[in-house]
Amino acid sequence: MSRSLQDVVFVDGVRTPFGRAGSVFAETRADDLVVALIRELVRRNPGLPPDRIDDVAVAAATQTGDQGMNIGRSAALLAGLPQSVPGYSIDRWCAGAMTAVTTLAGAIMAGAYDAALAAGVEHMSRHPMGEGIDPNPRYLAERIVDPEALLMGKTAENLHDRFPHLTKERADAFALGSQEKTAKAYANGLIQPDLVPIAVRSAEQGWGYVSADEGPRPGTSMEGLATLKTPFRPHGRVTAGNASPLTDGATAALITSEDFAREFGLSARMRMVGFAFAGVQPEVMGIGPVPATEKALAKAGLTMDDIDVIEINEAFAIQVLAFLDHFGIADDDQRVNPMGGAIAVGHPLASSGIRLMQYLARDFTEYPQAKYGMTTMCIGLGMGGTVIWENLQGAAA
Amino acid sequence: MSETRETEVVTEAKVRLIDLPYGAGQCALITVDNGRDHTRPSTFGPQGLASLDEALEQVAKTPGLSAVAITGKPFIFAVGADLSQVSHVGDEATVRAFAELGHRVFGRIADLGIPSFAFINGAAMGGGFELALACDYRTISSSAAAVSLPEVFLGLVPGWGGAWIVPNLIGPEKAIQVIVHNSMAQNKQLKPPQVVNLGLADVVLDGADFLAESIRWAARVLRGEVNIDRTSPDRDTWDDVVDAARAQIDARLHGATPAPYVALDLIQAAKTSTKAEGFAAEDDALTALVMGDDLRAGLYAFDLVQKRAKRPVGVPDASLARPVTKVGIVGAGLMASQLALLFAKRLEVPVVMTDLDQDRVDKGIAYVHGEIDGQVAKGRLTSDKANRLKALVRGSTDKTDFADADFVLEAVFENLGVKKQVFAEVEAVVSDTCVLATNTSSLSITAMASDLRHPERVVGFHFFNPVAVMPLLEIARAEQTDDATLATAFAVGKSLKKSCVLVKDAPAFVVNRLLTRFLAEITRAVDEGTDFATADAALNPLGLPMSPFNLLALVGPAVAFHVSETMHEAFPDRFYVSENMRRLVDSGKTAIYTWQDGTPTVDPEVAELFTQGDIPLTVDQVRERAVNALADEARRMLDEGVVSAAEDIDLCMLLGAGWPFALGGLTPYLDRSGASERVTGSRFLVPGVASVPAA
Repeated sequence: MSRSLQDVVFVDGVRTPFGRAGSVFAETRADDLVVALIRELVRRNPGLPPDRIDDVAVAAATQTGDQGMNIGRSAALLAGLPQSVPGYSIDRWCAGAMTAVTTLAGAIMAGAYDAALAAGVEHMSRHPMGEGIDPNPRYLAERIVDPEALLMGKTAENLHDRFPHLTKERADAFALGSQEKTAKAYANGLIQPDLVPIAVRSAEQGWGYVSADEGPRPGTSMEGLATLKTPFRPHGRVTAGNASPLTDGATAALITSEDFAREFGLSARMRMVGFAFAGVQPEVMGIGPVPATEKALAKAGLTMDDIDVIEINEAFAIQVLAFLDHFGIADDDQRVNPMGGAIAVGHPLASSGIRLMQYLARDFTEYPQAKYGMTTMCIGLGMGGTVIWENLQGAAA
Repeated sequence: MSETRETEVVTEAKVRLIDLPYGAGQCALITVDNGRDHTRPSTFGPQGLASLDEALEQVAKTPGLSAVAITGKPFIFAVGADLSQVSHVGDEATVRAFAELGHRVFGRIADLGIPSFAFINGAAMGGGFELALACDYRTISSSAAAVSLPEVFLGLVPGWGGAWIVPNLIGPEKAIQVIVHNSMAQNKQLKPPQVVNLGLADVVLDGADFLAESIRWAARVLRGEVNIDRTSPDRDTWDDVVDAARAQIDARLHGATPAPYVALDLIQAAKTSTKAEGFAAEDDALTALVMGDDLRAGLYAFDLVQKRAKRPVGVPDASLARPVTKVGIVGAGLMASQLALLFAKRLEVPVVMTDLDQDRVDKGIAYVHGEIDGQVAKGRLTSDKANRLKALVRGSTDKTDFADADFVLEAVFENLGVKKQVFAEVEAVVSDTCVLATNTSSLSITAMASDLRHPERVVGFHFFNPVAVMPLLEIARAEQTDDATLATAFAVGKSLKKSCVLVKDAPAFVVNRLLTRFLAEITRAVDEGTDFATADAALNPLGLPMSPFNLLALVGPAVAFHVSETMHEAFPDRFYVSENMRRLVDSGKTAIYTWQDGTPTVDPEVAELFTQGDIPLTVDQVRERAVNALADEARRMLDEGVVSAAEDIDLCMLLGAGWPFALGGLTPYLDRSGASERVTGSRFLVPGVASVPAA
């Protein structure tokens, strides 16, 4: 039989407001966050016949309790999608949602699927990082990884060791920029359109309604950042100010084949050009985006010069700086995270990959002259992932 | 008396300010929540109302709000006034204060001067639903389990605004449907789409993201993007509608209980009264009804049905119950077939029906399959489930198919010799611990068990017709019945979703004994010379579900007469056997009346059969006789230990005979009418239990 490849497009992406762990979403279930997003995607895209959704892939780094029970299938059922729509759960730690998108995209490219929902959730109040993990004793006994590889803050300190010129001051300055860009994006109404407000219950206070991110700290200053503790190492460089906060939140996206989008009148916002994942030493996992990006660019036949916008996850400022340094991009280059990033809004682990794509799709609207963009992120246990996208909204399209 | 008042489970009102979407401003969102899970729904007592009052005060003091909204805890909006706070109160002032407090607090919502929304996220009943009605707009969750104004069902009226607001919102006809007719139809509940179709809510929103979508909907209303048209109900036909309903109700109730009439009066007055006048009338009505014995008896009855029916008194520990993994039914007639279907549906274990020949067995199985197919056709069963049920029910002419059954119920002809033989045959094939249950309505179970090797395994299991519908199961303990057998019988009864009452093995147990005694008094009055119509109308003031002669037609004269003979044998002094009735049965007639154009007239051929005396009684005399007989029989049943308490007699009459809540079943009415003291020298229940105590 003959096969023809299909182009994959990103149609729409939404997310819950991100809450600080232990705060607004403390009594809200993780699966309910995903359900709200799936329902909103269906509402926002009335052209999409729900029974044409070929699969629902939902990522979570900890897959127990309300993030377990195959949350992909479970959330689909709870959201009221037709029973004929299947679902599965997916895990690549911080790159869960990114992997949900690339895996579904692979199926669309191959012609197996036409439309799919990808989502990610991490309720870090209910599922603290490392909950229930049981590392194989061989890790230590055979020195398969450095003992610090499982503590993300320590891997960030290790990156500072590797790149002494990427100082704490530069990390703080980048963090401040993230806060400022986020505040500006909020002021310009760029973030709100893709937020799905969530009704939240507190047994103590009654029902509430969360419609904005809780993470951003608009009053941040270099002076203030300089005073913060370095919890991962005495006299270290990584602080709560230049790292992403522990966060509760979820993201979801609708991706389809380009033909499907056209047939059902869905507005495709960007086309997938290619993607790659790559491994690095686990104790410096933050460098992961570098080889992943090089691989993705090479496969796409592009260079960094072709990339007009970069959405890079800000797990830690140092890890972003290491990436920019490698590619010779200035710390404050305007192509990088134009609406701010995870240091301000937060990083609910497995959900951040789609947050990056949703931001990039918005960037493409704002910068119609941009042709190519990239979403990239570091991943625990030493990996990076990069997806390259082409703008379908702008002059270049 | 305040010392019998339960401690109020306080429903607290918590306020949070939220930013509405689409720039619609700020909204005060009030959650009413009693801090318990959904099994203890939120209700409003004085402290709960005070908390809501405080919340509304806080909202009133918050400047710049564009709306206020109210919602409930998960699965529950609110289910009404906490009547336990007034159900034992003897002084009118306390009752009136409670009525007025509800109006005052709910009324504050309108006084805030900003649009108000109720987000009905779950069950909303009575005063809880009236809280929603006090708001300008209402959304309702597609998963809200039940919505109703059940006050009339209990003996009250919707008195926190409902009786005035509902007719003014949706017109008198629909208001009467919701407030009166649904209450009188076993407290029928509304489903969310019905609530919207009636005009009692504005939109149904999916349960999955109900509150978030309700908030969006509210924002769109505030921005004028959603318009809600409220058309004023037609006032020209208003009085005619209410008058017609009153006539319809009166034909059924004959003035037996005040609540439906008071509700209709309030609905009628709502045509012209102002809101303030309407609410004042509600206060008066509520106070008068709460200070009346009908309501107290209604609350007592409701409590019995809600609590005692679910936790039967005097039953051995459930841990003694043996598992039942297969059931045998002896007989394949109509009753047996209905029982087989019921057991298969509820217990989901194999059920074997046996009868003497294959033809009867086939008929029984055909009946069961027909019923199952009918339920599939109505969409009540899936075909998979139907296949499962059909496979569970088998027929046989051979009792050895009972060999591995744990519970065998006989439903054969009402004859002691036949039943003894059936049990002997069953005992020959089953294990030593298999329970043998009998559906006898009047025979001695002790006698039935007497010749068995294991008489301790025999128990009475008396259903009421139709078995799928009637909630009561009288479980009779014979002299030898052991605790394990009884515990198993109660466990099976519970699995069948029946309300089980423990009774002693005594002729006709509770319901049939009382009904037979009372029917006999009516028949005797006719035999002595009272005309049919007078005798049959004598009990009208009690508001019974049907008149005595209609009951006779339902039971069937042959069955009723057979039971009356059995009872006469047991208690010849008290249970009268009518020779006229014998002639009626012999004639094959099945009723006293023929029905023409919907009205009963005495069948002339029946009148021919009757030989009457020349001592006619008045309706009052007939009623006194019948009620006295009931008081006498109820007292004797307690003295004999047929049941352990008057409450069980009442529960049986409520659930087995459908006697009204307003009578409290039976004994509260006997106390209230004076029959208890007149006939037996004392009351059944102390004042205040099911009546208004002295202040």
